[in-house]
Amino acid sequence: MDFYNDIERYGSRIAVITDSGKSYSYKELAEAADASAVAVPPRSLVFLVCENCFESIAAYIGFLRKRAVPVLVNPKIDDEMKSVLLEKYRPQYIFCPSGWIKCDDSVFRLNDHVLIATENAELHPMDAELAVMITTSGSTGSPKLVMQSYKNISSNAGSIAEYLEIRSDDRAITTMPMSYTYGLSIIQSHLLMGAAVIATEKTLMDKGFWSLMKEQGATTFGGVPYIYEMLKRLRFGRMDIPSLRYITQAGGKLSRELALEFSEICRDKGIKLIVMYGQTEATARMAYLPWEYAFSKAGSMGIPIPGGRMRLIGDDGAEITQPDIVGELIYEGENVTLGYALSWSDLANGDSRNGILYTGDMAKRDADGFYTIVGRKKRFLKLFGNRVNLDEAEAMLNKEGYKCVCAGRDDLMKIYIEQCDAAASKNATEYISGRLGLHHSAFKTIAIDTIPRSESGKVMYSKLEELYG
Amino acid sequence: MTNLEIYNNAFKEAFEVDEAQLAGLEYQGIAAWDSVGHMNLIALLEDAFDIMMDTDDIIDLSSYEKGKEIMAKYEKNI
Repeated sequence: MDFYNDIERYGSRIAVITDSGKSYSYKELAEAADASAVAVPPRSLVFLVCENCFESIAAYIGFLRKRAVPVLVNPKIDDEMKSVLLEKYRPQYIFCPSGWIKCDDSVFRLNDHVLIATENAELHPMDAELAVMITTSGSTGSPKLVMQSYKNISSNAGSIAEYLEIRSDDRAITTMPMSYTYGLSIIQSHLLMGAAVIATEKTLMDKGFWSLMKEQGATTFGGVPYIYEMLKRLRFGRMDIPSLRYITQAGGKLSRELALEFSEICRDKGIKLIVMYGQTEATARMAYLPWEYAFSKAGSMGIPIPGGRMRLIGDDGAEITQPDIVGELIYEGENVTLGYALSWSDLANGDSRNGILYTGDMAKRDADGFYTIVGRKKRFLKLFGNRVNLDEAEAMLNKEGYKCVCAGRDDLMKIYIEQCDAAASKNATEYISGRLGLHHSAFKTIAIDTIPRSESGKVMYSKLEELYG
Repeated sequence: MTNLEIYNNAFKEAFEVDEAQLAGLEYQGIAAWDSVGHMNLIALLEDAFDIMMDTDDIIDLSSYEKGKEIMAKYEKNI
């Protein structure tokens, strides 16, 4: 059973509830899904410019059913990224909100969304297992895409539904973009169980979000650390939302303080809090902290999901068997994705990982078998849940002419710029914020004299923090 | 600093805008005033005025002008 081929079995149950309160049954979802894909031949590459709405979900399901391959694109990407993606991947079709791209006639229309045939009529050679392609960790700054197989998405949705104990009477309200793997996984795992998705583009800072949540009786939502910061600011502890049954957290590590605070709030309210861990490279989820341990193991990301296995590898490459020793986290499971694509010519590459993922995260395991992330092997940060490679960010800025290096912590990238005035500082922030599609407050520029380097010419990042904060 | 100056500075800092852009500014009217920007604005206002806003006021603060009305509830007349 999966969440796209077998949805008719839920018949008249509600599948999707929209912003305006309109609801669509599973039967209606299946019909709209198939109608969206009628004109699209199997193994076509389709850019699915998606928002949290009925039309995007229907089209996504439709393309999977037809075995066409959607690339999930965030409608907010900038024009440069739009043209880079189109040029690198040459999709045969684009399904998007009308007006997203200039077009005189469409092949199909679903409410305010259109299906457009591009000039790239010829199909690309493609691996038979390739199901969907996702921008890397939600970051829109790179044309590098994660290739997920049919087995990947079915397996992960099944595991998630199992450990979260999703019920057919659950109603998940969206809080993250559908093109972001965490947001997508919530939609998929709920459709698998015949539950309903309340699809909205409204954010937590919208009055309408909270009224929709109450009116439609949402039972669950998920959030990256930043969303939990918002919930704290909104005094979630004082809110009364009796329909809420469980909430999840992933997309970066919650500070121990915030984890403790929310585990207490949720315990008092009778809401299950489930902290999770994952990566786009593992479809979505790899580990979860069972809610019973939310307080006693606060700060930990828990145990492997059903069907997954984890181990730690030391610097010498040997497996670590003792508790509380840090090593690189290796994950194995059916949800480990095929690999990356950099352009259309990689679509036929097939599986490059064989079910094993080197996560790049450094972790330790306690005597009870619970894992805790302690750092990262490579230089990247999570900004609002999006993984951003610091070396890539540096390269982008250097190319624009800024003599700079990047460091910092989650939710705050510091850009140390040589000989920088106020105007350059503002321009650099605007550029990188636009390029990555992330709010400018995630970036801080710091003017420096010269970049400190070791004798061998390596940037001394620790020295930077020491000298300039 | 007057209350108006404090109020304006919070907007200018949160959204990196000039004084001239403040009138008529609305939530989601500019790229910087999204949900993340909104949270930053609330944090700046709460710190600058030393107040704790209610949930309803936080999500009601949908424009520069509306915010002035809301501040009055916390005895900050602008």
